[in-house]
Amino acid sequence: MKLKELVTNIRSKNAGPFLLTIDIFCSNKENFEIITKKLTKIEISKLYKAKKNQVNIFQIKQLNIIKITIPRPNIQGSCKDRDLHGASFGIILEELKIK
Amino acid sequence: MNVKVLVPTGALGITYCKKALEKGLKEKPDIIVVDGGSTDSGPAYLGKGKSKYSRSSTKSEWKTLMVAREKLKIPLLIGSAGTCGTDKTVDWFLEITKELAKELNQTIKITLLKCSQSKKDINKAFLSKNLSPLTNAPKLSSNKIISCTNIVGLAGVEQITEAINTKADIIICGRSTDASLIASLPIMNGVDRAIAWHAGKIGECGAFCTTNPRSGVILISFKKNGFFIKPVSNNTKVTPYTVSAHMVYENSNPFTLIEPGGHLDVKKAIYKKQKDGSVYVTGANWVKDNNYKIKLEGTYVVGYQSISIVLIRDESYVKSIKKWSKQVKKKVKKNVENSSLLKRKNYKIQFRFVGKNGTLGSLETKTVKPNEIGVLVVVTAKKQYECEEISKILNPLLLHHSLFKNGELPTFSFPFSPPSFNIGKKYEFCLNHVISVKNPMGIFRLEKYSI
Repeated sequence: MKLKELVTNIRSKNAGPFLLTIDIFCSNKENFEIITKKLTKIEISKLYKAKKNQVNIFQIKQLNIIKITIPRPNIQGSCKDRDLHGASFGIILEELKIK
Repeated sequence: MNVKVLVPTGALGITYCKKALEKGLKEKPDIIVVDGGSTDSGPAYLGKGKSKYSRSSTKSEWKTLMVAREKLKIPLLIGSAGTCGTDKTVDWFLEITKELAKELNQTIKITLLKCSQSKKDINKAFLSKNLSPLTNAPKLSSNKIISCTNIVGLAGVEQITEAINTKADIIICGRSTDASLIASLPIMNGVDRAIAWHAGKIGECGAFCTTNPRSGVILISFKKNGFFIKPVSNNTKVTPYTVSAHMVYENSNPFTLIEPGGHLDVKKAIYKKQKDGSVYVTGANWVKDNNYKIKLEGTYVVGYQSISIVLIRDESYVKSIKKWSKQVKKKVKKNVENSSLLKRKNYKIQFRFVGKNGTLGSLETKTVKPNEIGVLVVVTAKKQYECEEISKILNPLLLHHSLFKNGELPTFSFPFSPPSFNIGKKYEFCLNHVISVKNPMGIFRLEKYSI
């Protein structure tokens, strides 16, 4: 099963030009727990080639939202950046195998 | 006490519902507040000191708000005017406002809050260790600061309060934090700081905190220790979920919001559904910072760019696109060197494969077999002329480079003539720092006009 089957939406955005923030809107409490367990700092650092100590994961239990904030893979609008608004980085998580 | 703030849209320039605005005006707001900018669309706007949105759409949307203000005789406030909020875009916005005042036959007082910073002063602050980096800030040097095309400081409640205190009809602010625009008037009227800042964050994008973000207009009513938020359009609703979930939006931390002069903590906030369809919010906490800090944004020119686009539809080349582009890259570098134009270290060529991994690059996890691939080639060098020359040396290779030793030369598809385009200056953000100031107004300036 892929992560996208357990969520209503994944939203990827800039949090300023230097940070990327991905919000995972889980479909229910159960899925929130499953995804919380799966998405460790190590997993995120592998997927986004980020340093583990620079990965921040927040659990907003009452909303079933998981928020991940990492340094932008490339600074917004810099020569190597391909995605000014940081719009498509959440898709990497959608494809992640959960079970 | 009951202070009402009307927010017509998340950003001036993206249109809003005029009917909903009319309806909102009937609620007798004390101020109309609209955001005009962001860094979210990239460094070029701050780089050039220009607006992202068209002058005509900005003027037409501003006109409706100016008419609304005249009707109610309440202040109209815009923040981050002209996308980047430099002095130049504030002046651009003033010019639009003056034109409209004449067209509408309005007699008005205008106050400008100017936020551009002198490179000299910022460099002085850097050398005296008065700048501190924020998370993931790039390495800073005096050279980088001096080479900035624009630097702005982000105004907060203290600076906007000074501007509102001039009793102007229209207040045009340079770069400001989104939340401070909404928070200022309520704080001036005795609303708890935490409540006002919290409402500022929730309402910053207009109807984004409702079930239908497209509906635009929202109204926030303040009491001393709480605020009511409701959409004005009929086609949308607010719920404790939609309101509280907006704390997550474009914010690096869902529980904390760092602002000039302190930070907001919403861990203990309570969101309650009301009978009239609004949501009542209480319980946030404001933590004052005794060292008053202002965030800076700055851009510099890293070089110039030209791009070429070629479409590859031939199956054998689509399959071997990496090999093909590697060979093209190698050849073009050799040809540039043979032409004595530039040394290899003085320019960069990037190949991106649209249809394969053009968006995510090396982070892409999916492999697909596409019918075709758009090859986007980006050339970066110190001068535009050099980029143009390299693109011209590149063109015959993009058109005809063959993977095979024998046989006819292939020809690939160019969708445009000319096949390459000059992007112009390439700007990058180089500041993600805060500056400590004793006087919050110290690095900002007010200007007053009567029309």
